[in-house]
Amino acid sequence: MAKITYITSDNQTHTVEVQNGLTVMEGAVQNDIPGIDADCGGGMACATCHVYVKDDWFNKIPKKEDGEDDMLDMAFEPKTNSRLSCQIIVSDELDGLEVNIPSKQA
Amino acid sequence: MKKTDALIIGAGPTGLFTAHQLKLIGLDCEIVDNLDKIGGQCIELYPDKPIYDIPAVPECTGEELTNNLLNQLKPFDIKFHLSERVEEVKKEDNKWLVKTSGGNSFLTPNVIIAGGVGSFEPRKFPPKECEKFENKSLFYSVKDKNIFKGKTISIFGGGDSALDWAIELSKESHINLIHRRDEFRGAQATVDKMKALVKDGKINLFTKYQIANVHGKQTLESIDIKHDNDEIKNLKTEYVLGFFGLIMQLGPIANWGLNLNKKTIEVDTEKFETNQKGIYAVGDICNYPGKLKLILSGFHEGALAARACFKLARPDEKYRFEFTTTSTNLLKRLGKKE
Repeated sequence: MAKITYITSDNQTHTVEVQNGLTVMEGAVQNDIPGIDADCGGGMACATCHVYVKDDWFNKIPKKEDGEDDMLDMAFEPKTNSRLSCQIIVSDELDGLEVNIPSKQA
Repeated sequence: MKKTDALIIGAGPTGLFTAHQLKLIGLDCEIVDNLDKIGGQCIELYPDKPIYDIPAVPECTGEELTNNLLNQLKPFDIKFHLSERVEEVKKEDNKWLVKTSGGNSFLTPNVIIAGGVGSFEPRKFPPKECEKFENKSLFYSVKDKNIFKGKTISIFGGGDSALDWAIELSKESHINLIHRRDEFRGAQATVDKMKALVKDGKINLFTKYQIANVHGKQTLESIDIKHDNDEIKNLKTEYVLGFFGLIMQLGPIANWGLNLNKKTIEVDTEKFETNQKGIYAVGDICNYPGKLKLILSGFHEGALAARACFKLARPDEKYRFEFTTTSTNLLKRLGKKE
């Protein structure tokens, strides 16, 4: 279980408890947090669950695997701290994670 | 105007198998899809990725699944209308009048929406100012490459489309190639070719840059690109091309008076009919209690929607359930019996 904070582009903060094993994307979708579309349902095939991970967390969470950066090329306004939230799996270590949701997914 | 028993919107796996079921029970159908090829998400998003949960198919890629479905449709004559988006669905007497972006219109008692998450559209540049130049000096695909002769073109993207066009157009134009990172996801041979052209001064490469703004009154004059370290460069350019792949948009479906829930359409689980009589939704786009977004669910939903279509297409006949193993009727339609 980890407390995860999602910050929308209009600075609304949503903090929810997400079960271990779910992804940060699923945590948002199941809690009706706006701004994460996840069109492909977590298949790393659409880049519509794009988030920015706060710098101090970016290096702490498991690294991107092959293909994630390729998909991020297509995301809306990617930055150096961009991740696909469907590829970040929640564990106790992620307790306190903060992610920013971009103004649009496409 | 074309008349048909059922019009299917979407040529993905669900749309294809729904067509199979319609033809098998003796109904006509035609299929419209906004993509330029058959296969939907399978072919656009994961043609090479293996799928492991199609019943009785231990492993197949998106492309193989599409080809197998097309093989299964071989006995039937089905008209596809590709690169056309359904723009309008309107009631006309007891039927639906459907109009597409390609100028086709259909009159049909049954419309089956097998649209996935909507139609695929190009992903666009973030700055709003870009819209002003869209389809004039800023494009997301190339229709006529001759307009670029002798001009300066700024191409954005790191995949095969961006690289292929940068290489091709560098023969007769000045090319700026701009990408958000140093790595390119295009084929290695293409990346090598591009890098050789950069060395020869035929392509100006800017990595870790993204578009920040566009300038010009009537015609495009220059663009600003921004580095990861926030440095901004201004590039004189006459054309801009962006290749960021495709995104699914619900599009005009939102205007057809259907009960929507987020990006999905509410249906019943007997006919997979929407709140509008004769309009059905199947596959990823439909929603009902317990809905699973799996290809196998789409097949089941399509089979039931096809039976529901029979009633409206053949009001004076009674539908009889038959098996392909034993029914002479079905075997004839499948071309297995004279």
